[in-house]
Order: sequence, then C-alpha cells, then structure tokens
Amino acid sequence: MADPKEAIKEKSMVIQKDMLAKQFNDLSKAKELGKKVVYTFVPGNLTELILAFDMLPVYPEINALQSGMRKKSGDYIKDAEKIGYSEDVCTYVKCDIGMMLNGNIGPTGEKLPSPDLLLLSYTGCFTFLKWFENLERLYPGVPVAMLHTPYQEDGKITKDQVDYMVKQLKEEVIPKFEQVTGKKYDPARLSKLLENSVKAEEYWVKILEMAKNKPSPIDAYFAGVYYMGPINTAFRGTDECVEYYQELYNEVNERVKNKQLPVNPEGEMKEERFRLVVEGPPNWTNFREFWKIFYDMGAVIVASTYTKVGGLYDTGFRHNPAEPLESLAKYCMGCYTNLNLPQRVELIEKYVKEYKADGFLINSIKSCNSFSAGQLMIMRQIEQRTGVPVGFIESDLVDPRYFSYANIKNRLESYFQMLEQRKIILKQEQAIV
Amino acid sequence: MKSLEAILNECEALAFDLNFTRAKKWKAEQSNRILVGYLPIYIPREIIHAANGLPVGIMGAGDRKQIIKGDAYYQSYICHLPRGIIEMALDTNLQEFDGFLFPAICDCVRNLSGMFKLSQKGKFQRYFDYPQNFDPFIGGTFYMQEMEKVMDDMYRVNKVRIEDAALFNSIKLYNRNRQLIETIYNIRQEFPWRLSAVETYHILRAGITIPVEEHNQILEQVIEHIIKERGEQMDNIRVVISGSFCEQPPIGLIKSIEMAGCYIVDDDFMLGSRWIRGEIKENFESSLAALTNAYINQSTFSSAYYDVGNPKGDRLVKMAKERKADGIIFSAASFCDPALLDRPQMQKACDDAGIPHINFQYHENTGQFKIIKEQAGTFSDSIKLWA
Ligand code: SF4
Ligand code: SF4
Repeated sequence: MADPKEAIKEKSMVIQKDMLAKQFNDLSKAKELGKKVVYTFVPGNLTELILAFDMLPVYPEINALQSGMRKKSGDYIKDAEKIGYSEDVCTYVKCDIGMMLNGNIGPTGEKLPSPDLLLLSYTGCFTFLKWFENLERLYPGVPVAMLHTPYQEDGKITKDQVDYMVKQLKEEVIPKFEQVTGKKYDPARLSKLLENSVKAEEYWVKILEMAKNKPSPIDAYFAGVYYMGPINTAFRGTDECVEYYQELYNEVNERVKNKQLPVNPEGEMKEERFRLVVEGPPNWTNFREFWKIFYDMGAVIVASTYTKVGGLYDTGFRHNPAEPLESLAKYCMGCYTNLNLPQRVELIEKYVKEYKADGFLINSIKSCNSFSAGQLMIMRQIEQRTGVPVGFIESDLVDPRYFSYANIKNRLESYFQMLEQRKIILKQEQAIV
Repeated sequence: MKSLEAILNECEALAFDLNFTRAKKWKAEQSNRILVGYLPIYIPREIIHAANGLPVGIMGAGDRKQIIKGDAYYQSYICHLPRGIIEMALDTNLQEFDGFLFPAICDCVRNLSGMFKLSQKGKFQRYFDYPQNFDPFIGGTFYMQEMEKVMDDMYRVNKVRIEDAALFNSIKLYNRNRQLIETIYNIRQEFPWRLSAVETYHILRAGITIPVEEHNQILEQVIEHIIKERGEQMDNIRVVISGSFCEQPPIGLIKSIEMAGCYIVDDDFMLGSRWIRGEIKENFESSLAALTNAYINQSTFSSAYYDVGNPKGDRLVKMAKERKADGIIFSAASFCDPALLDRPQMQKACDDAGIPHINFQYHENTGQFKIIKEQAGTFSDSIKLWA
C-alpha cells in the first residue's frame, strides 16, 4: 500500500493530469463539441473571458515547451530555419512554426485544431507581436484580436492605462469574440468565473509563501512550473482550478507540519543545503537533468520570477469580480515581464530577504530578450542590495543546441562551493559575535 | 553657398561625433534649453523642439567606440546597439543630456530604459510606448497621453509650458525637414549617382544631432547642388535596403554594397526622420491632435508597428516598385528579433511579386565586408544577366 503522505501528494497531481487530459480531449473534439478555438499567450491571458464565451484556448508557448520536453523542438526549430527564420531569433516562435509545418501535432499525439481566432494579448514581450503577425499569415482569414498592454514604465499602473485597455477590450476584443462565437458577452458570467480565480489565487499565494519555511516544503521553480500550470493557463476561473489549488495547499501544509522537504523525480530531498531565488525561465529540452544538478546538491529554489510570468499575485493583486474588465486589464499589466527593471529588482530583493535565500541565480535564456536584456544589471543590483552570492548560467528554452550540460554543471558546482564557503564564514562570524 | 564637399565633410563629422559637441554647445547658449536623447526609431521630435529642447538621436556607438564596460552588461546573444549605448552613458558621452526616450521597438530598448533608470542617467528616462491600436479614440488617446508624459518630464526640467502655436511652429519646421529629405530621395531615385548612399546617410544622421532649422538649411543647399549633374552614371542595379532601422550598419557595409554595383534608392537607416509620410496638418484642431492623427494615419511601415490588415511585405513591394528597384537587400542587425522575425514574410511578399532579394546580418561594429561585397556583387551581376 502506498505511503499515506505519498497518496496525498499524488492527489493534486491526479487532478491536474485529469484537467489536462480533458482539455486536450476537448480540443481534439472541438468541432464536434461546437467549441471555437482561440490561440493566445500565457502572459496576460484572458482565460476567464475566453471561458465566458465557451471557447477553448491553445497556448503556442505551452506547445513549444512541451515539444522541448518531448525532444521534438530541435527538429521543429531547424524546419523553421529552413524556411528563412534566423538562427538568432526566439526559439519558441520557431518551434511553434516548425510544429505547424509538421502537422500541428500536440502533446497527446493528436492534431491540434486550427484557430478560429488569434488573440494577441501583448504583455511583457515584443516578440509576441511578431509571432502573431507570422501566425496571421500562416492562418489566412482567421480573425485577429489585438490587446495592447502598456508597459509599467512609471513603476505603477495608471488609470489612463486601465482605460486604454478596457476600451480595447470593449471595442476590439469582445466584439471579435462575439463575432467568432455568435454569443453575447455576459458580464455576470465573467464575474462568476473571476470569483473562482480569486479563490485559486488566494491558495496559490499561500502555497508559494510556504517556501518561507525552513526547510522549504516545495521547490518553487522546478516543481513550481507544474504548480503554476492551471492558474496561468486554460483553467483559471474554473471549479477544478480551485479544487486543484485547495488540494495542493493541503498537501504542502501537511509537508510543512511534517518538516518534509520538496519532492523531485527521484523522491524526497534529504537535506536543504542552499536556498535560492532564481530569475528567468528554465530550459525545457533537458529539464530533468537540469533539475537534478540542483537537488543532488541540496539546492532548493524558494522563489522564482518565472512562475510569475502568467500573473503576479504575491504582491497583492487579485482579480476583482466587481470590476471584471478593469481587473483583467490590471492583471495583464501586472505580469512579471511587464514590470520595469527597477520593479523587477525590488521584487527579487524582497524575495531574497523574505525567503531568507542564500543566493540568487539567473538562468539567462538566449531566446528571450524580454527576460534577458538587463539581467546582468539586475544581478549587480541584487548583489549590492542583499550581499548574497549571485550566479549566472546560460541556456535556451527549447533549442537543444544551447544547452551545454557540462558547462552548466561546472558553473553551478563552483557557485555552490561559493555558497558553502559563505555559509562557513557567516557561521564563524556569528560565533565571534 | 558652401560647396557640397564642405557640407558633406561637416555632416560626416556631426553624424559620428559621439560626444554630441554641437548639441551641447547649443544647450550652453541659453539657460533653459534642454537636450533630450532618443533611441531608434521614432519620436515626435516636435514636442521636444517646442519645449525649447533639442531632440538628439542616439543611434549607437557603431564602430567608433571601444566597448569596455558595455560588454559586462550584455550577454553575447543580445544585439550590439544597447551595449554601445550603455558604454556611452557610463562614459562621459551623454553627460549634459537632460533626459532620454526609449521608443517601443523591442524588449532590449525597453529594458535599457530601466537600466538608465537604475543608473540614474539624465533627469528623466522614459520608455515611449507606441499604441498598437489604431482607432483614433483608443490608440490615438493613448498616444496623446504618452506625449503628454514626455511634456511633463521636460516641464519638470525647464518649466517650459508648450503653447499650441509653438508646437504648430515646430510641426511646420519638421514638415519642411521631411519634405526636403524626400526631395533628396526623389532626386536620387532618378539620378542616384549624384549623391551616394553613404553621403545621404551622413546628411540625414547629422540632422538628428543639430537643430532642425540648421538641418533644413543644409538640406536646401544639398538640393541646390544635386539638382545639377554631379558624378557619373554607372551600370549599377537599383536596390532597396530593409531591416536596418535600429542598430545602424557600419558605413563600410553601405559602401561595400555601393561598390559592388548597387545604387541604394531607398532604405530604412534613418527611418525615424522619415517615419511620417506626407505633411502633418498645420492647422488642425490642436497641435497634439495633429501629431496624433499623423502617427495613426501616416506612419510608414515598420517592424515596430502591428501590421495586420496592412502587411509590411506588401508595403515594401509597393515601395520597391515606386522606386523602380531591381531588388531588395534585407540587411538586419544580428539578434534583432523585430527585423529578423519580419524577414521571412517580407521575403515571401517579394517572391510573390517576383522581386529578387538577398539577406545579410551585421553588427554595428562589423569590420569585415568582403563576403557582403561578394554577395552583393553576385546579386548585382545576376540581376543584370537576367534583366
Ligand atoms: S522572447 Fe521570451 S517571452 Fe517573448 S515569446 Fe520568446 S520566450 Fe516568450
Ligand atoms: S537592433 Fe533590434 S533587437 Fe537590437 S535594440 Fe534595435 S530593434 Fe532591438
């Protein structure tokens, strides 16, 4: 019989697995079910609005990362390069285009339905705009709804910016949804979904913050990317999503009570040697190997910025059912890569301090200027402001040519040695005091 | 009137004076003048001019400055432009600038605005967001608000409130500037040998470092020179260059293309100076509304501009036809997502229209042009052969 704790741990995973299975099943039967399919992005997604129109979302970034994990991205990228895409550009875009060229086969092995609508919600990354201009030409005739999200240039969201987005939602996005689905916009339905979003968001923040415990019960990066799935994608606003986070919260709470360490693909960690804050997305092509370097060294990621690309809730934002469109606008503008650089530095500094991290590490992604440009300055700032050792490694999201295991391992080993030495010095200093 | 050679020498010196001596001298002449640096591509310079400011285009350090500190701020897979600019900011080149504007062209430029904020360069640093919605009441309102933010930034520095009449006057001066530049391009379209692409480049780039009034005088004189015969017609093909709107190609690259037998009859090197097509209305409901109307309705095609409904590939083909170009050279900075992600679709539009094309990638400090020259030479020969 399974260990009862293991069984509890698995329940949230089972829920998520079922949610995903149903989602892909629905997608494969979209036409039969009479559901319209909308292609859109994770950062600044309008999931609740999409669900309020009974549409099914497809996220090209998720397809790309899953192609990476399934070792298919390398060939897809090469196919896109063969038709003229430069080696230098974002590999998510090339992976997606390569996947299309190869029949648009999704993670379940079934063909993904073509879009009825392209929803370009343009949050935190300029490349999204280019990506959808390309998709628009690859799916001629499919309507495109554009939602331009202003950048948090002044380090805050202004009323003018909210008004600009709400006007776009009312005049551009919602009419396109109505046109494609033949349904009328129902604000009450949207608000109902947003009520569920708030519930899930509350649990999600509590889960993330449990990593402040020593030892941390979760890895907020490698496991965090699984945990963030439902809330950042197609499920925010659903009952299942609330159920998932409630269950996950109970499990993590249980782990805290039992002083259990995070679980990884090889079981439970035995020792928490280093607590890290990580900036930047992970590598997907060698995700397991990459993760293993950390857990083998007893390194736990206690907070990460990547888990905030699809929504930043731990600084207080919640969707607001009373102001549905305004709150969708604020959500979009609040996503991590839409913060200006000083805000990003402040957020990371807060994480390092509040989560009592021993170090700060950047995984700089070749593809992603949105994250990467400026990271070396972020690194210096964090070093100056917190005094923790900083580390820097480079890889790519889905291009296997840019993942050098030996190189990354060497760098990380040196970094962990540095952390170890600092711990010894700090202990000695404390002993003197 | 000055000789063309003297004008060209002066423009070349101004274009590549990375200390912006002329601009700084202009500022020193009066107490409440301000210098506002802007990055590629487009900024409505009229509002800076009307606020007693000088808009100064910062197009990168090119191959004219050794990068020592800048490389420590940028990974190898990020284009060269921002590292040159941060080098200039950390050095003394941009001292005396009051503020900096970072137009919404890509995430590198966007994040560079944050780097300027963190290192407290200038009295203000602002990412200037272009609306990607072109409804006058939605995107137009947003654009106007973006301009007002810049006006507030400048007001905090020199306390100049922009009057409508002053801004209309600035619009008039920049209208003249754009009109003179187009006249030069139109003369070159017919007689490209009269002013080389490198010379044209120097003249335009000089213009973003000096007062518009002075640049207009230069342009007028250049036109007077080139309406007369100059130089010698060669058996060259005619090309349009596309994709060089931000990080600038080194002069050696432009020269190599010309020397390989190509007349460059249009390009997007100094796109910001030519962004608005036609005149901005000089008697509109308000000066800000006139600038907004021009942005929404008269912007050229660009990688910074959402183009669904009016694809830039088609607009490039149209321009190539109007310029009677034989071919298109796609020439983009390495690691430039906006240019490189647009390229396949634009190439397809050229293929559909039967326009031959080739492509290069460069860094602003590339020093070797042999391969590019060979490629351009082969391109030119093949077009001549099949013509
Ligand atoms: S640049 Fe980064 S955020 Fe943008 S699409 Fe590529 S991976 Fe995503
Ligand atoms: S060259 Fe391209 S990638 Fe680099 S800053 Fe300019 S637009 Fe951005």
